Amino acid sequence: MPALRSGRQLVAAVRLLLVATVVLGIGYPLAVTGFAQLVAPGRADGSLVSVDGEVVGSALVGQAFTDAAGDPLPQYFQSRPSASGYDGAASGGSNLGPNSPDLADLVAARRAAVAAFDGVDPGDVPPDAVTASASGLDPDISPAYAAIQVDRVAAARGVAPAVVRQLVDDATAGRDLGFVGAPHVRVLELNLALDRELGR
Amino acid sequence: MSATVAGWLQVALLVGALVAVHRPLGDWMARVFTGQRHNRAERVVYRLVGVDADAEQRWPAYLRSVLVFSLAGVLLLYALQRLQQALPLDDGMSAVEPSSAWNTAVSFVTNTNWQGYAGESTMGSLVQMAGLAVQNFLSAAVGLAVAVALVRGFARTRSGTLGNAWVDITRAVTRILLPLSVLAAVVLVLGGVVQNLSGGTDLATLAGITQHIPGGPVASQEAIKQLGTNGGGFFNANSAHPFEGPSAWISLVEVFLLLAIPFSLPRTFGRMVGDRRQGYAVVGVMAGLAAASLALATWAQARAGGAALQLAGAAAEGQEVRFGGPLSVLFGTATTLTSTGAVNSMHDSYTPTGGLLVLGNMMLGEVAPGGVGSGLYGLLVLALVAVFVAGLMVGRTPEYLGKKLGRREMTLASLYVLTTPALVLVGTAVAMSTSAGTGSMLNAGPHGLSEVLYAFTSAANNNGSAFAGLSANTTFYNVALGLVMALGRFLPIVFVLALAGRLAAQGHAPVTAGTLPTHRPLFVGLLTAVVLVVVGLTYLPVLSLGPIAEGLS
Repeated sequence: MPALRSGRQLVAAVRLLLVATVVLGIGYPLAVTGFAQLVAPGRADGSLVSVDGEVVGSALVGQAFTDAAGDPLPQYFQSRPSASGYDGAASGGSNLGPNSPDLADLVAARRAAVAAFDGVDPGDVPPDAVTASASGLDPDISPAYAAIQVDRVAAARGVAPAVVRQLVDDATAGRDLGFVGAPHVRVLELNLALDRELGR
Repeated sequence: MSATVAGWLQVALLVGALVAVHRPLGDWMARVFTGQRHNRAERVVYRLVGVDADAEQRWPAYLRSVLVFSLAGVLLLYALQRLQQALPLDDGMSAVEPSSAWNTAVSFVTNTNWQGYAGESTMGSLVQMAGLAVQNFLSAAVGLAVAVALVRGFARTRSGTLGNAWVDITRAVTRILLPLSVLAAVVLVLGGVVQNLSGGTDLATLAGITQHIPGGPVASQEAIKQLGTNGGGFFNANSAHPFEGPSAWISLVEVFLLLAIPFSLPRTFGRMVGDRRQGYAVVGVMAGLAAASLALATWAQARAGGAALQLAGAAAEGQEVRFGGPLSVLFGTATTLTSTGAVNSMHDSYTPTGGLLVLGNMMLGEVAPGGVGSGLYGLLVLALVAVFVAGLMVGRTPEYLGKKLGRREMTLASLYVLTTPALVLVGTAVAMSTSAGTGSMLNAGPHGLSEVLYAFTSAANNNGSAFAGLSANTTFYNVALGLVMALGRFLPIVFVLALAGRLAAQGHAPVTAGTLPTHRPLFVGLLTAVVLVVVGLTYLPVLSLGPIAEGLS
């Protein structure tokens, strides 16, 4: 009787599913959580960064360095454009296509804004400064984008550009293992170093 | 070091790692599925489940087990989502809307992991762990079981049975997927992927802005999501999210994880049919197609195509700085060549040619190397088609591995090959002719068509990646794509298991001077050509209206 056999199969299916839910859905993640919290609690909790006991961000998650009106703060290196406004609860990219007129308008506007803000030639504004990241939470900028921001940050803080440039170098990471990924500047780490070395 | 050299070095490292695990992992999987002994934990499982682990199943029984098990999975996952606010660890999330819950339940059970929803604002930790992550294991295990059943069809002589689905699924989890996931999760945790049950932290940033830093059991889920070629991200941004892909080397590890099992399965196949050269031929076809696709996509993405990207100076839209261009393309190519669908960059913003290639990768039927299990059985069915084509040329009865391919066998293989394109093209046509379908497009013109075509291609091939501009969380897309995912997964499984049953029942024809050797470069070339021609002829018309028109504009 095929119907009867299917009924017995269904019982087996539900039971296997329940066993799997307990072992794979609860046991496995809890075991990994236990290991993670024991061995690498800082990383497991999101690599949070504190200043004077106050958590100011995650080393891995980008943030906006803007004032209440949304204007960029000149004393800080600026992150990339973000499709989600660095909202940690809403990651994602713009998903605009390569020929999208909306994207073209955005790129042109960002290029003009960055060039004016940093006092550089529009042709010197690198691609990552005018495009939104995939996550909307990109914690890094390219060394090229950091370089064009040095003079503006130095002027805002009243120090020599060389001082700022040194801090940029300290916050710059090369490719992993020398060839994996791309060189990048960790913006939060850099801005924290600026505050620490030069005062807020 | 130039970006180009660095880019190819990371490919070389990846290939080296895949070659290194090919033999041990492939041999191990062959042992898992041919061994007679059950370990103690497995015996406990079989007793709890109430199955006779030593009973062999004929193909209809094997199929019934697979289908019933998947159906039960859909029902449980649907219930979990609808009831999550009443269960513990809901993280303040409310019940998932019915059409979205249906779509997601089918999506995870079919190994697609298409996500119409945004993870961090829809699913609490319980649904993520006990619902979605469990199906990450089980859907991959089902894929492995079906592939192994087909391989047994080739290996066995005059046998009425294909093995025991319950045993195959259980062993796939206990001996392959779970141990490897634990290892992978440890590496991911050490690399900075988060793993907690805190529900996140709210903080004030350096500039005084309130920011929510999400939490969750991410590493454990990321491990099986990649390893099982699932692809459903914990977060909306998937592996591009800094908590899923904190660094470039972790992202490269994730690429390795999603390729490891599919590229090792041909070895398992070769071992089980008693001729390792057959496995090498299969992996040769997979590797050749993958290499060609990667080279083309890397080249396309390096030249900023498309008016908006040219204005930006590079294809940096939808890419993370720490990954850079080459690693983004590598991930995008690997995820669409397998049935993974995880992303570390946004495919919707790829250059026209780059977008065409990731779409084309899925249209190949995901056989280079394809999903866990599904890649191998997909390519073996295409191998039958290739042998059949060769047989027509010389007027001989086609044979593969000593099995004669008659009318019934070729009918089943043809039905398998036709199912996915039919679902893609009919689905896209329906969407484009209804306002419910076209209303969800973000981009206008040919790129809008590409978004819809990509969605149905992704669903029918059980990939799950998206041209994410499409607003797919609507009743129309949730229902339609859910249906396409279910049919795209289970119709081919029906055909494969029916085929396996017929093959197992046959004897082995002796090799003669007239037998087409299926381990030589000639056959590798023929099979590659069959894959490309089948795809090319099927999809060229619609591709020329979408990405090709866009690239030429």
